[in-house]
Amino acid sequence: MTGTIVAQLDMACKRFGAVQALDRVNLSVRGAEVYALLGPNGAGKTTAISLLLGLTRPDSGEALLFGMPPQQLAARRRIGVMLQAATLPDTLRVAEHVALVRSYYPQPRSVADIAAMAGITDLLQRRYGKLSGGQQRRVQFALAICGRPELLFLDEPTVGMDTESRERFWHTVRGLVGDGCAVVLTTHYLEEAEALAHRVGVIVAGRLMAEGKLDEIRGRVAQRQIRCVSSLDAQRVQSWASVRSAERDGDWLNIHAVEAESVLRELLAADAHVRDIEVRRAGLAEAMSAITQEAA
Amino acid sequence: MFSTLFDPLSLRSLAIEARCEFLRLLRAPGFSVPTLLFPLLSYLLFGIALGGGSRAGYHASHYLLASYSVFGVISPALFGFGVSVALERERGLLRLKRALPMPPANYLLAKLFMAMLFAVLIFFAMSLLAVLTAGVRLEVSQWIGLASVAILGVIPFCALGLFIGSWVNGQAAAAVVNMIYLPMAFMAGLAIPLFLLPQVLQSIAPIWPAYHLAQLAQAAIGQPSLGSVSNHILVLGGFAIVAFVAARRRMSRVDAVSA
Repeated sequence: MTGTIVAQLDMACKRFGAVQALDRVNLSVRGAEVYALLGPNGAGKTTAISLLLGLTRPDSGEALLFGMPPQQLAARRRIGVMLQAATLPDTLRVAEHVALVRSYYPQPRSVADIAAMAGITDLLQRRYGKLSGGQQRRVQFALAICGRPELLFLDEPTVGMDTESRERFWHTVRGLVGDGCAVVLTTHYLEEAEALAHRVGVIVAGRLMAEGKLDEIRGRVAQRQIRCVSSLDAQRVQSWASVRSAERDGDWLNIHAVEAESVLRELLAADAHVRDIEVRRAGLAEAMSAITQEAA
Repeated sequence: MFSTLFDPLSLRSLAIEARCEFLRLLRAPGFSVPTLLFPLLSYLLFGIALGGGSRAGYHASHYLLASYSVFGVISPALFGFGVSVALERERGLLRLKRALPMPPANYLLAKLFMAMLFAVLIFFAMSLLAVLTAGVRLEVSQWIGLASVAILGVIPFCALGLFIGSWVNGQAAAAVVNMIYLPMAFMAGLAIPLFLLPQVLQSIAPIWPAYHLAQLAQAAIGQPSLGSVSNHILVLGGFAIVAFVAARRRMSRVDAVSA
């Protein structure tokens, strides 16, 4: 499955009244990859997911799942879905929820496998309404993996989970991806995208502003942050090639540079007593804010 | 749509969907207790305690068995569709089910079977009560006829419930259903026999779908009834189709806007 396209938007446009929710969006998700769809609230992520799930149709352009219109049952029998905003019936037991969603698929996983993978074995006989928020998220994940999906839609999957559950969840998702499952992930936790995603798409105001491998997106902000204890004059450091800015913070010197190596050489040469040097690359957060500002 | 409706996977899934829908509501006391007890208590109170009296072929205990059965089976149809659909639209469950590979017709079919299952329970309990406490005796064919009216009769009220659920939000749904259900039941002659109501109510009674179902139920057990059986069936069938189509149109419009 690796490399083949499992889900695709092709020049997709969607308008709700006066709002252009999506404007000529092209994106494609390949087998066995985690594709993180990021962007501010109201940017069009939900609309993009709705088109891919067949919940709504594009005004123009096309949405495809496994090369088929997503309205076709045959296409959707190959996906699993976890939606943040869905409330499941309180009075049903977890095992009943699992049995129902299993029945939608031709070759579902066994209940024991599902329960073990999602960590809900001890919850099966409990009523859904009696579970904690984190436990309910695990049940929703269990429902998403019932059908041995080749493509998994995860919408804010770890909201309400504690750190340990989140780590375990990521581990399980990586296992699924290792077995060939693709994932479309929407999340507000950029660290979650950094931990899981191979590729990232950034939607701002209905348009796909950037798409690429995680490193490429991070690389759009070609910036290194160097922090050290040094007595050098910040003004002087600022005049060096490839330094964008330098600021003093008590004993500390904070330097933003295009690349780190030449700055480090100069730094070591100019100050024999420099110590505690830290170099950090710009993360997804910096890249996101740069892309969002570009779009504005 | 029909090919996926009748493939073995979809049929098996429908059985599980209907079972879950039934259990979900059976375990919700706010739904199941009034739905199951209200018609029985009404029959006990009006049919047996106050009842008696027969004239010109009218037997209160028979007549009221038919009208309270109709009164009873309308409730799970109206509430089970109206309130559930409104809540499930609002809380994203319908969206999730549409995204999952649930066979599309199963969502409504499961609710229809849920309503029929409640109708079976209500009818069975009502009949038992009528036989044991009021000495009601019917021909086998009359039992079958009344059971058919009670069970198939939920269909137009499921459609009405769906229509309500497609318009109102989850908070308001129960209130709206009550505002329709109770006055309609009264004015259609379900709570008090029609001929005891004021003349003006009697003359407008045919505008209520519940009136037509009640007349079918009386006709099935040989109690005095108005109008012709085929007319009642036509009216109920036509009403079901109009309500269903209107609800579907409304739902596809709402989904297109909120998706």
